[in-house]
Amino acid sequence: MANLSRSDVTHVAHLARLGLTGDELARLEGQLNHIVDQYAILAELDTDAIPPTAQTIELENILREDVAGPSLAVDDVIGNAASHTDGYIVVPAVIGGDEP
Amino acid sequence: MTRRLRAGEVNAGELAEAHLDLAERQNHAFNAWLSIDREAALAQATAADGRLTAARSQGGEAIDALHPLLGVPIALKDLISVAGGQCTAGSRILEGYVAPYDAHITERLRDAGAVFLGKTNMDEFAMGSSNEFSAYGPVANPWDLDTVPGGSSGGSAVAVAAYHTPLGLGTDTGGSIRQPAALCGVVGLKPTYGRVSRYGIVAFASSLDQIGPLARDVRDAATLLHAIAGRDERDSTSAPVPVPDELLNLSSSDDEAAGRLHGKRFGLPREYFVAGMDPDVERRIMEAVSALESAGATVEDVSLPHTDYGLATYYIVAPAEASANLARYDGVRYGPRLGDGDVLSNYLATRGTGFGAEVKRRIMLGTYALSAGYYDAYYLKAQKVRTLIKRDFDEAFASGIDALVAPTSPSVAFRFGSKLADPIAMYLSDACTLPVNMAGLPGLSIPCGLSEGMPVGLQLIGPAWSELELFRLGRGYEAITSGADWRTKEPAQLARADAPNAPSPRERAATLARE
Repeated sequence: MANLSRSDVTHVAHLARLGLTGDELARLEGQLNHIVDQYAILAELDTDAIPPTAQTIELENILREDVAGPSLAVDDVIGNAASHTDGYIVVPAVIGGDEP
Repeated sequence: MTRRLRAGEVNAGELAEAHLDLAERQNHAFNAWLSIDREAALAQATAADGRLTAARSQGGEAIDALHPLLGVPIALKDLISVAGGQCTAGSRILEGYVAPYDAHITERLRDAGAVFLGKTNMDEFAMGSSNEFSAYGPVANPWDLDTVPGGSSGGSAVAVAAYHTPLGLGTDTGGSIRQPAALCGVVGLKPTYGRVSRYGIVAFASSLDQIGPLARDVRDAATLLHAIAGRDERDSTSAPVPVPDELLNLSSSDDEAAGRLHGKRFGLPREYFVAGMDPDVERRIMEAVSALESAGATVEDVSLPHTDYGLATYYIVAPAEASANLARYDGVRYGPRLGDGDVLSNYLATRGTGFGAEVKRRIMLGTYALSAGYYDAYYLKAQKVRTLIKRDFDEAFASGIDALVAPTSPSVAFRFGSKLADPIAMYLSDACTLPVNMAGLPGLSIPCGLSEGMPVGLQLIGPAWSELELFRLGRGYEAITSGADWRTKEPAQLARADAPNAPSPRERAATLARE
């Protein structure tokens, strides 16, 4: 039986940077445990000697010449930001001020 | 449509107007479209008419050289980038985002001269099997407006089924083209992984996602695949495998098409008749199997023994990849910024509010499966089981099977709200489709009849790169059933969509929830 606790769920939500309400956390605790219970079936299979499949395409090391090409127009790209000025995206400061 | 455009019997402008009028008039009832771009579409149609007129004045060869999609209206799922237009992926977190570039497939379709009517509704970030998880409201199925069209490409499937466009594009990660195609009675193909470039497509699960065509018949779907498939340097997972031109020349003769079925070996995987499958759906599938046998094909029982592990495997791998792909949605570079505090609280608020419940659920699952202490037990384990699932298919095809034949969906379209109580009930809609994504193989869904008036889809699955063969087999099946009574039936509730006071799908869903 999967046994994610409320604090496990809160921890995962923080890793995923999801701000969840108390109701959501409660609901997710039940739903995640229910879904993770389904994963138990995989333990039936002996996969020690089985290589993992990351992708099915079997292409490797696709490279190109290190040649610069045209880029997207700055205005088109920066223009999508919620806050921008002078070609820069504006965010709250992350460095400086009264750091603990 | 192509023939009439080339002959000048109809012009692209008229065609675009007619389709735009219909789509706009009926969108209240279906909610299939998130944006209908009349001005842009008419401009494209005018350009197409210019090319058509010029070719006609030059004569035969010039006309033959025209792309078959020139002037043809098309629907694009709203996670396909079209420069200057919206690309919401069905989510609030991309509301207001304007794509600064065209996806590779968008460029290909522009070159071909197709006319983009607009962007279609979808489950948020392609996570869903009913289009009920769109932040912009659910979509109604034209066969019964109280039922879902399937998902996540529900909008494109309805656009095609309701004649808003002859062609649509969707994406399929666990069944999101094939399952809505089955539920709406249209043709849908998930190509081999790597067949179509994912450049410019909002990513859900990068080792599973593929873009593919939706159409009302196999030949149209094949034409659309040809227009978008092939290597693109900007997607390093797009394969340098040639795209056969024969995709444009599937037989127009029923006799010839049916003849191709003779001697073909189909495999019927017993594990795909999943517990809880609708018995009447199963009957339609077995009738289709009999039809194939009558046409001279053999259908033998095969076993894909790891099928039942597919759901657990998929619901580890796909959410894990999604948790990485969706990390970029933080309100910084695009979309609304839903906090006004420090950086962390902005992330929490933007992502907590901007994502819907299903997306948050899957991000949580994926983050958990990849987190320290659980990676080996879940994610690595799932990747190993994925190898076993793929090997099942490889062994079946190595034994001489030309294609597998199976149901696409265990049920017909279901009523709004009927699968929302338990997430797993919804996930099971994809039990027959998601193993195909895990193996990276092509899968085609074609209509094979009705069950209590609702469409049933037959799924054909082939080895890697066998889209042409799948289309030929599908065309053969169309040919041998061309006189079937069920093919004469139109989506039963199309006419209701014209009523100006028809309830919206959101209203219908709310009414059903109250019952």
